[in-house]
Amino acid sequence: MSHIIIHIILLLVLPPLLLGVIGKTKALFAGRIGPPVLQPYYDLWKLFQKGSVFSTTTTWVFRAGPVVGLATALLAGMLIPFGGHWAPVSFNGDMILFAYLFALGRFFTAAAALDTGSAFEGMGSAREVTFSCLAEPALFFGFLVLAKLSGSLSLTTMLDGTFPLGAGAAAPSLVLVAASLFIVLLVENCRIPFDDPNTHLELTMIHEVMVLDHSGPAFGMILYGAAMKLFVMGAVLLRVVVPFELGNPWYDWGLFMAGMLGLAVLIGMVESMMARFRMVFVPTFLVAACLLSAFGVILLLR
Amino acid sequence: MNEWLIILGIACHALSGVPGLFYSCHDNKGQAQSVRLEVVGSVFGMMGAIGSLWSTPAAGALMRVDGLSVIFLIPIFLIPALGGIYGTEYWSQQAHPHNGRKLRLFYGLVTAALATVAVSANAILFLVAWEVMAMSAFFLVTTEDEDRSVRQAGWLYLITTHISTLCLFALFAVLRVATGSYALGPLSADLASPGVVTAVFILAVLAFGCKAGLMPLHIWLPSAHAMTPSHVSALMSGVLIKIGIYGLIRLTSWLPDPPVWWGGLLLVLGAGSGVLGVVMALGQHDLKRLLTYHSIENIGIIVMGVGLALVGRSLNCMEWVVLGLAGALLHVWNHGLFKALLFLSAGAVIHGTHSRDMDHMGGLGRVMPVTGLCFAVGAIAICGLPPLNGFVSELLIYIGAFRTLGIGQTLSWPAAAFVAPVLALIGALALACFVKAFGAVFLGTARSRHGEHAHEVGRAMTRPMLVLAVMCVGIGIAPIVVTPVLDQGIRAWVPAGIEGVPRVATLVPLGWISLGSLTLVALLGLFTLAMRRRITKGGAASGITWDCGYAAPSARMQYTASSFAQILGTLFAWIQHPRMRVPRVEAVFLGRTTFKSHVPDILLDVILKPLFRFGAKILSSFRFLQAGNIHAYLFYIVLFLIALLLWR
Repeated sequence: MSHIIIHIILLLVLPPLLLGVIGKTKALFAGRIGPPVLQPYYDLWKLFQKGSVFSTTTTWVFRAGPVVGLATALLAGMLIPFGGHWAPVSFNGDMILFAYLFALGRFFTAAAALDTGSAFEGMGSAREVTFSCLAEPALFFGFLVLAKLSGSLSLTTMLDGTFPLGAGAAAPSLVLVAASLFIVLLVENCRIPFDDPNTHLELTMIHEVMVLDHSGPAFGMILYGAAMKLFVMGAVLLRVVVPFELGNPWYDWGLFMAGMLGLAVLIGMVESMMARFRMVFVPTFLVAACLLSAFGVILLLR
Repeated sequence: MNEWLIILGIACHALSGVPGLFYSCHDNKGQAQSVRLEVVGSVFGMMGAIGSLWSTPAAGALMRVDGLSVIFLIPIFLIPALGGIYGTEYWSQQAHPHNGRKLRLFYGLVTAALATVAVSANAILFLVAWEVMAMSAFFLVTTEDEDRSVRQAGWLYLITTHISTLCLFALFAVLRVATGSYALGPLSADLASPGVVTAVFILAVLAFGCKAGLMPLHIWLPSAHAMTPSHVSALMSGVLIKIGIYGLIRLTSWLPDPPVWWGGLLLVLGAGSGVLGVVMALGQHDLKRLLTYHSIENIGIIVMGVGLALVGRSLNCMEWVVLGLAGALLHVWNHGLFKALLFLSAGAVIHGTHSRDMDHMGGLGRVMPVTGLCFAVGAIAICGLPPLNGFVSELLIYIGAFRTLGIGQTLSWPAAAFVAPVLALIGALALACFVKAFGAVFLGTARSRHGEHAHEVGRAMTRPMLVLAVMCVGIGIAPIVVTPVLDQGIRAWVPAGIEGVPRVATLVPLGWISLGSLTLVALLGLFTLAMRRRITKGGAASGITWDCGYAAPSARMQYTASSFAQILGTLFAWIQHPRMRVPRVEAVFLGRTTFKSHVPDILLDVILKPLFRFGAKILSSFRFLQAGNIHAYLFYIVLFLIALLLWR
């Protein structure tokens, strides 16, 4: 029970910290001091206090976008085991619910963008749904590998680090899946080299341009939901890369948090060292991600 | 007793259009009678169908009502009745004096014929009912036969439906020779050689695939569904094409010892149909054509489920049978519900704006809130998103596909596991397509004058839509309610003598799905309240949309349906073969210019029509033989007879 409470607390509290760590890493690489690590928390706090402006063209869909985005990310976070601990909710087939919850969030975020009637937001939502079309099969190929390796259909047991086939047989597929999931994570969470959350040109944005019209608490909810999505998908990737436990449950929590922060640093490093790809190359990389994890499946079917 | 209720229901539907013929074609008295008859017939039919779930399956010489029939009878009785109520306002007799009575006559007949097909246990009855169904549908497609494109759609439908019927004739002839009787039932392995059984299977795939609109036999669907009145489209897409699935499921249950390639073939056909259907849908800007291509996609998903079940039966793995078939059967229901919902809401939109082109719509969500909400529910359901019904049926097929890897059992047939990423691709593409459709029609601002003057439709139209929407939510939140019916359907499919068929509820954590859906709804409610409080506290103002500093955004600057699908269109141009007219920039000061794009049907327009044109060109060189001179024809006859004599 205590572990479930810790899980929920971490899920609610930690996500903005990842954004702070990414920002700090990028600043250090650029030779700046950068904003404090806790800056995203201050931003969220400020946004939740602010007033909002709603465009006269908008309907309930516009207001539903942020709410659905956050609710789906939160519920998806309940299905993922953090570190070696069991997820609060786990059942056969929960990985499908996991993937489809994010799809529901995407439906409403993209629809909310179209509700403003702005050309820029239309662009953003078209790009978001397009790139997800290729990210989704990659994710499911990854699930197939994890399911086959662990012989189970639930995320908690898929990611619990036991491989009936033996670690030697598992390793090559896991490496491929980890690479594929990392690409999916970067695309779905709008990180460089696929999208630049800090760019100043709306024409080149993906996710940020969809939320141009949101303000105040609604925008805060969007930022929080996006951070939570990064956190949750990061937790899956972390378990694929670090599929073992330390023995003591409390050390496991420590390992998990250290791993998540390490992942944030890694993302920050990737963002510092790479330039953004041209938009036309994004599908190419996503197809590559699909193929990587498809090879992962085929390796297991020998 | 139950059978008689069903027969009574069928009779009520068959006669529902008849009273209207005796009333004036300029007032609405006749249509009220016909709708009353339809509703009464549906109530009887439903009572009979649901009642027979608790009695032993009735099997007479002509009629059989078992679990499978019941599963198909329920949507057959439900959706036409709702559509009939909707039609009283949408296609009222007063507004359509020329074709309203014809429409209602054949609307009732097609429903009755569909129900008859679903219960018939005799080849002749099956064929007669099938043909009545096919011909009534032809008259429904050609409701507005003064329009040339409608007539063309009608001819195309007539040709393809008769190809399907022809295959059925061949199929039943082969069965008759093999068994010596017209009674339909399981074929025993000692009566039929493997060759005969294979021929029957191939004919069934052709005949029923053509009716169901399985790619590449789908050519009649897009134009036929787009040209009909929307409640007829709802009936055709929600119910009529499913009778093809019924035939396929029913026939495969009768054939002995299916080899594993049957299931493999259906998996490939289903996957192809699913992906190609949704890719073609992405290119459409006619709202109803878009929905039709999604029917092709969903038929693909259903056929993948059937394929999985067949593979399971070949390899004797009941878990795959149950998961695949339960997914397919539940998706038959779900697709019937949400596709009818989508077509009815599309009809309401067309009623309001007098256009089917999404690029002329926009902003209707504010003037038609109920229709907008219903379309949103349908869109979320068809994308397979939780907490609605589409998610449940896709989840069943997903779990079945994952289990073919050998999870939870020793047996494995991993080729079927690739269904999972294919379904994921289909789901994501469908999501893109429905964000596009919902956004272009209901969100933003109106792109045309018609859109500005649109208004919400009346209660006769909104109520049937709301009923369907509630059912979509109901199955999504409490799937445990419907799985016992699916169990009966599966029991009827599995050949007699096989024991140990697990129940659906033991293979899928339905309780957790309900819990997840309810939690999601609760979280949504909670966050909505929280956000509303914060917004009132912080104060809310309204203004124009922030368009990066541009102060006068106009409706024409919005992303249209075509621009939304442009990136995916370039990615899939090798499937869509879009025909575009892009304006060339020549003058320094540009004048008015237009851009046009059109995605033709991949099979009909890209392959078949050029092929037929080529064939016609070759054959036209023989035209000199047809001189119209009677002596010439007599001369041909003489030549032919001499040739015959020589041959003997």
